[in-house]
Amino acid sequence: MIDVQDLSVTFRNGGRAVRAVKEVSFAVADGETFGIVGESGSGKSTILKAIAGLIAADAPALTINGTAMGTQRNKAQRRLMQFVFQDPYGSLHPRQTVDDCLREPLVIHGIDGIDAKVMEALADVGLQPQHRFRFPHQLSGGQRQRVAIARALILKPRILLLDEPTSALDVSIQAEILNLIARLRSSYRLTSILVSHDLAVVAHLCARIAIMQNGQLVELLDAASLRSGAAKEPYSQELLAASRGFTRATA
Amino acid sequence: MSEDPLIAVEDLNVSFPGRGGVTHAVRHASFSVGRERLGIVGESGSGKSTTGRALLGLIPRPGVVSAKRMSFAGQDLRALPDAQWQALRGRRMSMVMQDPKYSLNPVMQVGRQVQETYVLHHRSSEADARRRALAMLDAVKIRDPDLVFNLYPHQLSGGMGQRVMIAMMLIAEPDLLIADEPTSALDVTVQNEVLRILDDLVRDRGMGLIFISHNLTIVSSFCDRVLVMYGGRIVEECKAIELAAAKHPYTRALIKAAPSLDHVQTELSVVTRDPAWLT
Amino acid sequence: MSQQALVAPRRSMTQWLDSDAPASRRQAMLGTLYRGLGAVLANPSSLIGSIIIGSLFLVAIFAGPIAGNASPVTQEWDIRLTPPGPAHWFGTDDLGRDIFARTVFGARVTLGIVMLVSIVVAPIGLGVGMLAGYLGGWVDAVLMRITDVFLAFPRLVLALAFAAALGPGIMNAVIAISLTAWPPYARLARAETIAIARSDFVAAVVMQGASTPRILLKHIMPLCLSSVIVRLTLDMAGVILTAAGLGFLGVGAQPGTPEWGAMVSGGRDLIYDQWWVATIPGIAIFVVSLGFNLIGDGLRDIVDPKSA
Repeated sequence: MIDVQDLSVTFRNGGRAVRAVKEVSFAVADGETFGIVGESGSGKSTILKAIAGLIAADAPALTINGTAMGTQRNKAQRRLMQFVFQDPYGSLHPRQTVDDCLREPLVIHGIDGIDAKVMEALADVGLQPQHRFRFPHQLSGGQRQRVAIARALILKPRILLLDEPTSALDVSIQAEILNLIARLRSSYRLTSILVSHDLAVVAHLCARIAIMQNGQLVELLDAASLRSGAAKEPYSQELLAASRGFTRATA
Repeated sequence: MSEDPLIAVEDLNVSFPGRGGVTHAVRHASFSVGRERLGIVGESGSGKSTTGRALLGLIPRPGVVSAKRMSFAGQDLRALPDAQWQALRGRRMSMVMQDPKYSLNPVMQVGRQVQETYVLHHRSSEADARRRALAMLDAVKIRDPDLVFNLYPHQLSGGMGQRVMIAMMLIAEPDLLIADEPTSALDVTVQNEVLRILDDLVRDRGMGLIFISHNLTIVSSFCDRVLVMYGGRIVEECKAIELAAAKHPYTRALIKAAPSLDHVQTELSVVTRDPAWLT
Repeated sequence: MSQQALVAPRRSMTQWLDSDAPASRRQAMLGTLYRGLGAVLANPSSLIGSIIIGSLFLVAIFAGPIAGNASPVTQEWDIRLTPPGPAHWFGTDDLGRDIFARTVFGARVTLGIVMLVSIVVAPIGLGVGMLAGYLGGWVDAVLMRITDVFLAFPRLVLALAFAAALGPGIMNAVIAISLTAWPPYARLARAETIAIARSDFVAAVVMQGASTPRILLKHIMPLCLSSVIVRLTLDMAGVILTAAGLGFLGVGAQPGTPEWGAMVSGGRDLIYDQWWVATIPGIAIFVVSLGFNLIGDGLRDIVDPKSA
C-alpha cells in the first residue's frame, strides 16, 4: 500500500542545511498499522509529513498503491490519505464550528448529503449531536481530537496518518482515543502509520515498529519482540529500558 | 524515614472565585512530607500543581488558600508576611517547573543566573559565587561546566536546560524541592538522567522532594510515597512500590487505562468517573 | 430563531445566545456576535468610542432633521459672523452660513471619507499581504518591495502629491489617502498569514485538497481580519486628520462643501476675533478622532489581551 524507498528530507535555513531524514525505507501493507517511534529530532514526524505531501522529499521516494507521489497532488490523491495532528488545540480552526470543520472537506470534493454525513461522522467518533455547532474553545482536548479524527475520516480515506495523536492528552482520555482509533481502523479498513514518542502506545496499536534516531531508521521489529526485549540495537534497548520507568540500580 | 515532617498540611483548600462561581481547585487535602521523595499524581485539573504552588505561597491574586494547618519545619505558613515568604522561597524551599525555556532569563548567561541565585541568598564574593555555581553545574552532571556557564538558554537542549534549572534551584541548598512535571518536556532517555540527579541529591543532602507528575510509571518507579489526586482531592495515599495494588477505583482505573509494554491489551479500559469520589 | 424565542422572557434569550451548546449554525453565529458585542460594551474605552461613533452615524443619517430649517450652504450676508447664541447655536461664518448645520452635514462628508478609505485600504492591504505571506518566494519579494516603496514616503506629502496630480476634490483626496494608507496593512496581513499558514488546521485543509484561493479566503482571511479591523479603527483618526489636512491645504473638499478641515481652514484668518468659526469644526474633528481611537484601543484589548 505504502512504499517508502530511500526517503531523505533536508531543511534549508539560510545557508545551513539540516538532513532531518536520511535514506529511510519501509513498506506498509494494506490494512496494516505501522508504528514509528523516536525521540525529539529523530525525524519521525518529518517522515509522516513527507508521506502526507506536506513536506517535499529530496528525491521521489514514495509510492502509494503503485503510483509515485510528490507534494503536488490532485484532489483524488489527497482524498486517499488523511492526517491527525498532535495538538488538538492547533489543528482546529478557532473561528469555525465543528459543523464548519466537518462540512468543509465534503464541500471541497462536491459530495452530496452533507448533513447526514456530518451527523454520521459525529456519531462515529462518539460525539453527540449537540456538539455539532460548538466552537473548539467550547470543547475539551479529547473532544477536539475526536473532531479531528472525524474530519480525517469523513472523506473515507484508505490511509490514516497519525502524528502523536494522544501525547497532549491525559492518560484516561488517551485510552478513549486509542480505543476509538483501534475501532475505526477496522471498521474503515484503514492502512495507517502511527508516530509517537511513547513506546507503549505504539506497541499497543502496531504490529510492526520502526525505531528512529537522528533521522535514521535504527531498527525495524515487531511488537512481540519489542515487548520481550529482543531488540538487537543498543539504542532500541536503551529506549525500551527508559520507557519502563526509573531504575535506581543502574545509577 | 522522617522523624519530624518538613511539611505538614491539614485540610488544605484552594479556591478561585470566577465569573461562573467559585472553583475549588484543592479540597480538604492533608499530607506530610519528610526527607523523602513524595509523588503527587493526577490528571489535568486534579489540583496537583495547585497544591505545590500553595505550599510556596504562589497562588495568584483572586485565589483563596485556607488550611487548618500548613507548616514548614515547624514554621506556620498560613498568613506569612511577604518578607518572610521571600526569605523562605528559594532559600529553604524551591520549585522546578515543567519547561526550562520559560523559567530561565533568555538574555542572561545561564551560569550567571545560577551564580546570582547564590549571591541572593548567601552574600558571598563574586569569585566564591562563581566557584559555587560551577561546582553546582558539575553536580547536576553537566560535562563541561566552564563552557556551559557562558551559554545562553536558547543554546541549551531541553535536558541541559532542565539541569541548569535544577542547579539554580539547588544552589541555595533548600530543604525542600517541589518539582512540577520536571521531566515531561524531555525525551525518555534524558528523563532518566535528570531523575537520577534528583535521586542523588535527595539521598546525599537529605533533601525533601515533592515530585508532581501525570506519569504513573515514573512516579511508581522513582518515588517513595505517592498521593493520587482527583478533582482536587487526595483519593489515595500509598507506598510507591505498592501502587500496582492500589485500592481506590480511580487509581486502579488509571493504571489499567495506560497501555503497557509488558502485556498485550486488546482494548484499554476506560475510566468511568464516579461522582461519589468527589464527596 | 423561532417564534418561541422571540416571545420568551429576556433572560432566556440571553441564555440562548450565550449557550455553550448551540443547536444550529445560526445560534452559534448569533452567540459569537452576542459575546463579541458584550465584550465591546464591557470595555470602557471601546464603550465610550462606540457611543461617540454611534452618535456620529446618527447625526450623519438624520442631518436634515437635526439641522432643522438651517441650511449648510445658504449664505445670509446680514448675519455674518454671529457669535454662538440661541438662533445659531454654533454661530455663523464669514459668509453667513450656520456653523451648526455645516458641522452636522460635515459628519456625512467625514463618514463618507472614512468608509471609502476602509473599503479601498482593507482589500488591497489584505490581498497583497496574504498573497505575499502565503505564496512566499519571488511573489513575496516583489510585493513587499512595492510596499516598501510606498512606505518610504511621508504620508501627507505623498497624499498631497497625488491630490495635486489628480486635481482637488473629495474623491481624489480619498484615493490619495488610500494609496498611502495600505502598506502597513499589507505588512500586518503578511505577518499574520505566515503564522497562520504554519498551523495544523491549514495543513488539514491542504490535505483535504482545498485550492489556494479557498484556503486564503475561507481559512486564513477570517483570522487576519480582526487585526486589520483593529488597525483600521486606530488609523481612522489619522485618516480624518489627513482628510482635514488636505481640505485645510485646499486640495481636498472644495469651497462650499461642509467639510470640517476646509471649515477650519476658512476660519483660520478669523481665529482671534471670531474664534468659533475655526474652533467648532476643530472640536468635531478632535471628538471623532478620539472616538475611533478609543474603539480601536478597546478592540485591540479584546482581540489580543496579551498586548494590552
